[in-house]
Amino acid sequence: MTDAVNGFHAARWNEPLIHELSEPGARGLVPPATDPAIAAAAPDVRARLSKVLRRAAPPALPEVTQHRIVRHFTRLAQMTMGFDVTTDMMGTCTMKYSPKMHDHVARQPALADVHPLQDPSTLQGVLEILYRFNRMMCAIAGMDEFSFQPASGAQGIYTNACLIRAWHQSRGELTKRDEIITTAFSHPADAATPHVAGFKVITLMPGPMGYPELGALEAALSERTAGLMLTNPEDTGQYNPNIRAFVDKVHVAGGLCAYDQANGNPLLGIARAGDAGFDLCQFNLHKTFSAPHGSIGLGCAAVGVKQPLRHFLPRPVVTFDGTRYGLDDDRPDAIERIRAFLGNVPTVVKAYAWVMSLGAEGLRAVAETAVLNNNYMLANIRRIPGVAIPWPDNTLPKLDQVRYSWAPLFEATGVTTMEIEQRLVDYGVQHYMPSHVPVLVPQPFTIEPGESLTIEEMDHMIAALRRIAEEARENPDVVRSGPHNGSVARIDDGIPNDPETWAFTWRALEKKRAAWAQERNAKASRHAGY
Amino acid sequence: MADSEGFVHPYVPNAAPGPRRKLLDAIGVADVAALYAAIPADLRLAGRLDLPAPLPAEHDLRRHLEELLARNRSAKDLLIFRGAGCYLHHVPALCDEITGRGEFLTAYAGGTYSDHGKNQAVFEFQSLIGELVGMDVVTPPTYDGGAAANSAARMACRITGRPGILVPALMNPARLSQMRGFVKPTTTPVTVRQDPASGLIDLADLDARLGSGIGAVFIEQPSFLGVIETQVEAIADRVHRAGALLVVGVDPLALGVLAAPADWGADIVTGDIQPLGIHMQAGGGAAGFIATRDEERFVAELPTTLISAAPAEGGGLGFAWSTPERTSYDTRHEATDYYGTTQWLWGIGAAVYLSLMGPKGLAELAEGIMQRTAYAAGALAGIKGVRVPHRDQALFREFVLDLGPSGRTVAQVDRALLECGIVGGYDLSRALPALGQAMLVCVTEVHGKDDIDRLAGVLAAVLS
Repeated sequence: MTDAVNGFHAARWNEPLIHELSEPGARGLVPPATDPAIAAAAPDVRARLSKVLRRAAPPALPEVTQHRIVRHFTRLAQMTMGFDVTTDMMGTCTMKYSPKMHDHVARQPALADVHPLQDPSTLQGVLEILYRFNRMMCAIAGMDEFSFQPASGAQGIYTNACLIRAWHQSRGELTKRDEIITTAFSHPADAATPHVAGFKVITLMPGPMGYPELGALEAALSERTAGLMLTNPEDTGQYNPNIRAFVDKVHVAGGLCAYDQANGNPLLGIARAGDAGFDLCQFNLHKTFSAPHGSIGLGCAAVGVKQPLRHFLPRPVVTFDGTRYGLDDDRPDAIERIRAFLGNVPTVVKAYAWVMSLGAEGLRAVAETAVLNNNYMLANIRRIPGVAIPWPDNTLPKLDQVRYSWAPLFEATGVTTMEIEQRLVDYGVQHYMPSHVPVLVPQPFTIEPGESLTIEEMDHMIAALRRIAEEARENPDVVRSGPHNGSVARIDDGIPNDPETWAFTWRALEKKRAAWAQERNAKASRHAGY
Repeated sequence: MADSEGFVHPYVPNAAPGPRRKLLDAIGVADVAALYAAIPADLRLAGRLDLPAPLPAEHDLRRHLEELLARNRSAKDLLIFRGAGCYLHHVPALCDEITGRGEFLTAYAGGTYSDHGKNQAVFEFQSLIGELVGMDVVTPPTYDGGAAANSAARMACRITGRPGILVPALMNPARLSQMRGFVKPTTTPVTVRQDPASGLIDLADLDARLGSGIGAVFIEQPSFLGVIETQVEAIADRVHRAGALLVVGVDPLALGVLAAPADWGADIVTGDIQPLGIHMQAGGGAAGFIATRDEERFVAELPTTLISAAPAEGGGLGFAWSTPERTSYDTRHEATDYYGTTQWLWGIGAAVYLSLMGPKGLAELAEGIMQRTAYAAGALAGIKGVRVPHRDQALFREFVLDLGPSGRTVAQVDRALLECGIVGGYDLSRALPALGQAMLVCVTEVHGKDDIDRLAGVLAAVLS
């Protein structure tokens, strides 16, 4: 079935807010009663609180019976286009199948109900998995030690910046070396997090091939260079073939090189950060290593370093003496903690399970298939009238994703990529990712199919894009006013961005409905020509 | 997984020879190697990754994983009285049910129309936390409570234009480490003395440290040592008179009993939501929030995504990401903070939890925890060789148990308790050496009188 016009309609429950379901006196759950002997021994604990500190009335949480809460959140789940439900090809997100068994295991008490500060003798299973996965990641990345403490890709990149800072500080050069170089098509976190860590950041712009030229790097290098932080392939799917020269030049200038492997899926078993000379790297375990994306987290990053940087990794580090696994907290050179405890351990367990399910041959098959699927999408999408492929001079195949452009379609019809993005929902697929900032490609859209999808699923996405491009020419209003069959009707886009009208909580919403009505009336007046 | 057909794997359908051939033909290349032409030959891995042999059969892998995890001892095997930032509470079945729903579990960055339900659930998370803290603006989940406090402290410094940060001397040392690292480019947090007898902030020391350079004063409520800070009006008054902002790290469960921080002077409220229906997961359940007032100068400094409600055509509500230009996605090299994927799934779990508890449930739960804490503090204080220095204070869930008089170390006592299947309090002797040989004992609603009496009995036997 490759007909994109398939009569899809999302669940649309018009589900009220949980606060709107409140009925005085209803209960959702009863907490354990206090033993009468305890209550007698501690009669009025509130009396120890000052008046201002004592809650006068219980918090205004909703009062809802349990089954209605089940239905409420189940309906909300049904109005969410997760990967288990439909195709999601958002570029830079590496959407893929998260094997169910891994989650089932991670939810068992042996992992779910374990306290991170228990004695290591009672954590041997978790510590062994962390230790084993550390060695596996070293093999995959060509590094010498990993930390799984950061709770997301951005935090992993931030950790790289902190490690670079610690390195230069240990050599007394931090005041001199205060510049990090990145590229315009690297993830925004490669520019943002070093700045947060105190560096100045230089952004290299793309050359005629879509990636920065060596000359641009040379011009940016100086005795102030602290390091290079980038993705490769970049968020365009373009791999910079001069990467080794980039790394060497930064090293000669005295900087360190951090490889953000946010786009590392097409490189598993193909090319390793360590072999390209990088000193540090980071992977997103919730993306590349199949742990679920969790509605924007369950995030976890794996940060890897070469030997000279090992002693800077944050405490604690898992150790193994040949018999027992332990935690090394005694690390005087370590950077400060990035996140609480040992990081997002269940995500590490799922990533470990995924690598164990595939092995070396399997990881390579993942990478190759992701590249194959992407080039299949490219071969088909480039034939859709209205699509342009940026940097036509670059005939090298793209790797994990492609940043396409609807510029020709926009010029012909005035329909924008944002309008097409929203219309896609009517075809029963998750919308695409246009572009990160800076938007250098006009009317961009970025597609990353990953390795999980079937040809039938890819063909459905291609057909949907083709059909919407036709609609843009034949009946642009149907695109502009979409989606029509999503879980919610179109909203007023101005409301969330105006301080007078935005509403981030129920309590704020109740205060702002008057401002919404005013806004609506003002709009109506403008439309009426006043 | 090679079979007679070639490599066939349930997670990589197009690696199988048939579809692979079909795709290669459609692309017009002979083999996959041609698609890697951009990678120079000398950067390509020769041979295979050095990885353990895989377990492609689900059964075999599950067995392997379960054998490893069986080497852990969980709360089902042990009586746990340890907290220090990660807490054993009852997790309602519905929290697991909803956070396990495939639609939420595997969703990601969809927007207003594709992920309407996810966005509504996270808006409800923001709303429910808003009721607890008394603030109109609440973020979706941050990385953890420590990261939330870090962002809030730097926000307060930007808003006031002052770099200095004050923190309690006995705050959670792991979180202090997180903060030292995060604010390093601009400042080093300065500690304010807490009175060892009461555990409360020393107001005279606070006065001495406040000044024109201090932008943020961070306090914990309850304190890391479990003492509810009762001088909140006096603290807020001093902080505001000195021109600084009061940032509070709060335990959201305690707000079933405690007044909303906004009502006693907090400017920015942060916290960790793990206690709200999220399993401990060896620390993986941590997730934070930031809340503040609905004023543009505060909202403009928030680093996170914010989900706003908006009217939908024909009635009802939709939800959209507000003002993305604030975030590091847009500010890039000028970013003052960063945000990305965090722990939103736990925000959905916390929304389910607070919906289940409702106003009465949360009040009963918080009061019950205070009663158990007071009872446990009393029961342990009666044991020869220990002291409970803050026994007369209002305590929430945790309290210091000083083993000093017994002459034993925490490590010795901890080992003896573990032999009896008990995980005792967190060892403070390394983290906060000023407290001597002391442990931080944690009691929640999962602990009945029998459990607490057992701890007291075993401890008395160990120390006798």
